[in-house]
Amino acid sequence: MTDAPAAGPAAADAATADAAAEPALHCTDLTYSFGDTRAVDGLNLEVAQGEVFGLLGPNGAGKTTAIRAITTLLPVPAGKISVFGLDCARKRMQVRRLLGYVPQQLSADSGLTGRENVELFARVFDVPRSERRDRVDEALTAVDLTEAAGRLAGTYSGGMVRRLELAQALVSAPRLLILDEPTIGLDPLARASVWDCIAQVRAGTGMTVLVTTHYMDEADEHCHRLALMHRGRIQAMGAPGELRAELAAQLGVDPDRVSLEDVFRHHAGAGLTGADRPDEGGDFRDVRRTRSAARLR
Amino acid sequence: MLARVGAMCTVELQKLRHDRTELYTRAIQPALWLLIFGETFTRIHAIPTGGIPYLDYLAPGIIAQSAMFIAIFYGIMIIWERDSGVLTKLLVTPTPRAALVTGKAFAAGVKSVIQALVVVVIAAVLGVSLTWNPLRLLGVAVIVVLGSAFFSCLSMTIAGIVLTRDRLMGIGQAITMPLFFGSNALYPVAVMPGWLQAISKANPLSYEVDALRGLLLGIHAHLGLDFGVLAFSAALGVTAASLLLGRLAK
Repeated sequence: MTDAPAAGPAAADAATADAAAEPALHCTDLTYSFGDTRAVDGLNLEVAQGEVFGLLGPNGAGKTTAIRAITTLLPVPAGKISVFGLDCARKRMQVRRLLGYVPQQLSADSGLTGRENVELFARVFDVPRSERRDRVDEALTAVDLTEAAGRLAGTYSGGMVRRLELAQALVSAPRLLILDEPTIGLDPLARASVWDCIAQVRAGTGMTVLVTTHYMDEADEHCHRLALMHRGRIQAMGAPGELRAELAAQLGVDPDRVSLEDVFRHHAGAGLTGADRPDEGGDFRDVRRTRSAARLR
Repeated sequence: MLARVGAMCTVELQKLRHDRTELYTRAIQPALWLLIFGETFTRIHAIPTGGIPYLDYLAPGIIAQSAMFIAIFYGIMIIWERDSGVLTKLLVTPTPRAALVTGKAFAAGVKSVIQALVVVVIAAVLGVSLTWNPLRLLGVAVIVVLGSAFFSCLSMTIAGIVLTRDRLMGIGQAITMPLFFGSNALYPVAVMPGWLQAISKANPLSYEVDALRGLLLGIHAHLGLDFGVLAFSAALGVTAASLLLGRLAK
């Protein structure tokens, strides 16, 4: 998928958005509630073009709700979220053309082959028929699934399904790739292969990546900047090294002795003991998704 | 819109190509209806059919029933797709919700047409005198697609209201039989009590069966009215299901 050709509509929209000047993502005072529960509470966020940005936080921190708002799945008022300068509320379809999205659960259609799964997304993203085969081939090659492309996705391992989903997200040559816990439930080798694919695609296209994860080692290794969410708000934001150095300075210890996990515990830990954390982490649907993912694997 | 509808229909055909089990298992029930119910009631002569054998009269009703049984469970399918993340991913593509619902509705239609072909073959084997006029068979396909589009949208609309598979399965089972027995699939509307006749006239399945009888058996039918009611019902169904699809994404 190196030097991926830009989709026609995506390229046109990008030009409209004055791509060079705008951040890839801008959230201004984003708030979203489910009934009485405020899942996202005044989120302010800016992701630069070409950046790999990690959104961290415990279950129920509001990461997935924020992602769902950014991907236009949840209705938000105008002026709250823009993607490459396009308002998510007013220019929903144009925004979607710029996005590639991999949800939390393993979501390939097990009744279709790998190739058919990717072809479906090429069609719904209006990839021209004359380019479709090449683009599908490129996407499958990028995630190293060329040989398995003719097999039903139901026979794939968890890591392969995740890479197939990446291919589905990449076939439209998105400018912002959004990954919601892309390595959850995968073994270390599969996790590494998923990140290798992302790194390879980024090297070829320079696309922006917004990722949520619970794995601190992955965030430390792969993200340029991080935001740590807790109870719908950002508690800390910066490069992994900056966050570690900041905490080390606060605690008066050597920065080398502070890990990103320590930073996570410092900002969200009070709520992780159970003493002051209501049972709002990870709704029931998350449990269903994880089970579905396990079944598919 | 058309490209997306085409994509959804293609997916349905691809799935059937990979696994034909459903095609075979779904043929059993209509075969049993025709073999057991049809053959028995043909001998009894209990139901007035206007001079045609009861088995002939029944066959279009069973085609409509088979198509409805396929379509009515599309709501469960869309909830499964919601739970497995497939729907979420599709909703993040530049596909309007109406196009997504229409795509699913026509995909149900494609599956139902294949099912209808199987039932037509079974009926022909049992000696039912069906037409083989290609234009009339094309009309059958159109009617089956429209009927399936309505019933799949009805199911997806209910899915958008109840939101869970368990609830929808209960409701699906609760409405399927009344829709079937409250139609003219098994007996003419004229033999029904007045209250059931009123229900039958509001039941799109009755119009589907009427059109199928007219097209397949060449008997008198209200083809224009049937087509109009089914097309309007399908459009109404697409609108309602599209409006409620967002609830599934939350």
